[in-house]
Amino acid sequence: MNSKKKMTLSKKHNLTGWVFLFPGAFLIFMMSFVPMIQALLLSFKTGVGAAMKSCGVTNYVRMFQDAVFVQSIKNTFFYLIIQVPIMLIFALILASILNNKNLRFKGLFRTMIFLPCATSLVAYAVIFRSLFANNGLINLVLVNLGILDQPYSFLTHMWSARIVIIIALLWRWTGYNMVFYLSGLQNIEYSVYEAAKIDGASAAQTFFKITVPLLKPTILLTAIMSTNGTLQLFDESVNLTDGGPANASITMSHYIYNMSFKYVPNFGYAAAMSFLILILVAVLAFLQMKVGDKRD
Amino acid sequence: MIKAKRFLMYLFLCIVSFISVFPLYWMVSAATNKSADVVSGRLVPGTNFLENWRNLMANQNVGGAFVNSFKYAAILTIISLVVSSLAGYGFEIYHDKAKDTVMSIILLAMMVPFVATMIPLFRMFSSAGWLNTTIGFILPSISTPFLIMMFRQSARSFPHDIMEAARIDGLSEIRIFFQMFIPTMRSTYAAAMTITFMNAWNNYLWPKVIMTDADSQTMPMVVANLTQGYVTDYGMLMLAVLICTLPTAIVFFCLQNAFAEGITGAVK
Repeated sequence: MNSKKKMTLSKKHNLTGWVFLFPGAFLIFMMSFVPMIQALLLSFKTGVGAAMKSCGVTNYVRMFQDAVFVQSIKNTFFYLIIQVPIMLIFALILASILNNKNLRFKGLFRTMIFLPCATSLVAYAVIFRSLFANNGLINLVLVNLGILDQPYSFLTHMWSARIVIIIALLWRWTGYNMVFYLSGLQNIEYSVYEAAKIDGASAAQTFFKITVPLLKPTILLTAIMSTNGTLQLFDESVNLTDGGPANASITMSHYIYNMSFKYVPNFGYAAAMSFLILILVAVLAFLQMKVGDKRD
Repeated sequence: MIKAKRFLMYLFLCIVSFISVFPLYWMVSAATNKSADVVSGRLVPGTNFLENWRNLMANQNVGGAFVNSFKYAAILTIISLVVSSLAGYGFEIYHDKAKDTVMSIILLAMMVPFVATMIPLFRMFSSAGWLNTTIGFILPSISTPFLIMMFRQSARSFPHDIMEAARIDGLSEIRIFFQMFIPTMRSTYAAAMTITFMNAWNNYLWPKVIMTDADSQTMPMVVANLTQGYVTDYGMLMLAVLICTLPTAIVFFCLQNAFAEGITGAVK
């Protein structure tokens, strides 16, 4: 009798759990997985609106012959390969300096370095666009210091436009990643560092032998997040360089947006390109997890 | 030797802090100056604030965009917190094998880039008549794997015997959630709130897709519009950037620790 009552109670609780998680789970299902499958189906179609018809893998063949899309893949990977490692190493160094117990004004430094995260992506892109403009402050300073004879048009030259995007990304996201490392470092007993000091370990040794190995899970997480974010870069490309000059700094998401909403809409082709990003995100995350596991 | 090292460390931190803060200082100072002064390199606050303000209001519907952004972000934050925390609580407190499986499927959604779902969502929402509506803005971001995971982690520390006691006292499961879980987990909610509000306020791609009417535009969209002309009025532009940054900056300064906890929250 008693056990039967317990059974029904645990069944009731089991059901309550499903009721509680249902709205959240259902929304994720409807807003992520269903559209994802629709995008996959759409990627095999061509045309506009109700007149869409099946076209096999034409869209997938087309995107590798599309010079602008190939350029956008190259740009996105350029940002990924140059910016993410620099940012993560820099964030790690800053976090380990700020973790020092004897450091003064620690909170102030942390707040200031973290501050760029308070700006919206559009806002900081516009600020950097203005700073690096022809008549912007950077040119003014460089000309006045005699480094440049006349203002250099950073945003209309291929390589400088890409580098400005990288500088802006570093400015916005280094503090963000630093916060992850700081919170990870708090879980490491400070006595470990004191013991290393007594044993005569140098700062570099402490960094590579203690900090990096113990923070490995956090480093892996930030690497996956940054990769994911970089592959989806949009706001910066639109508002800082407008993808220019001549698509030299355009990102994949920006081109997909243009293809869907700026030019004559081609949803099938855009969906095929967006599916490639999905595959890239999944493959890179998988690779990073594999590499992360190996070093154990 | 040690002194020199310490000096270099402080110097390094000062340089990094300066680089971090300077563009924001420049924004504030430019918002109070004439465009010509900004271009000539004036770095101290000026007296042209009201003039910039008038130009900006005449140029763009900033008031409307600000109200829109705030409305979308506030409504999204409230609903999102309830739905996600209820789900995280459900996953953890009543967990069993089936629920753990569902949870790991949900986590996969973290890997789905927004551009990959954007086009079907746009088609779905436009046929449902949700373009230019609040529901259109909030629906894709109400429930996120990140928040569910965060609340699931925090529910782990919710004391089990308190729940048992409440059950014996005859409290229903839903009342235990609202009257006991939410008040105990105030810091998790603060963290989740800052992160959700900031993401909603800063979102640019999705509103750019569905807010086709000028009247439904958000603050980041207005800022982006201002850069479209050939001649840029820097005073006016930076004032718009400042207005766009102010709410998130206030949240940042008031709830900095909650925000830091928010972005790292699901990890611990």
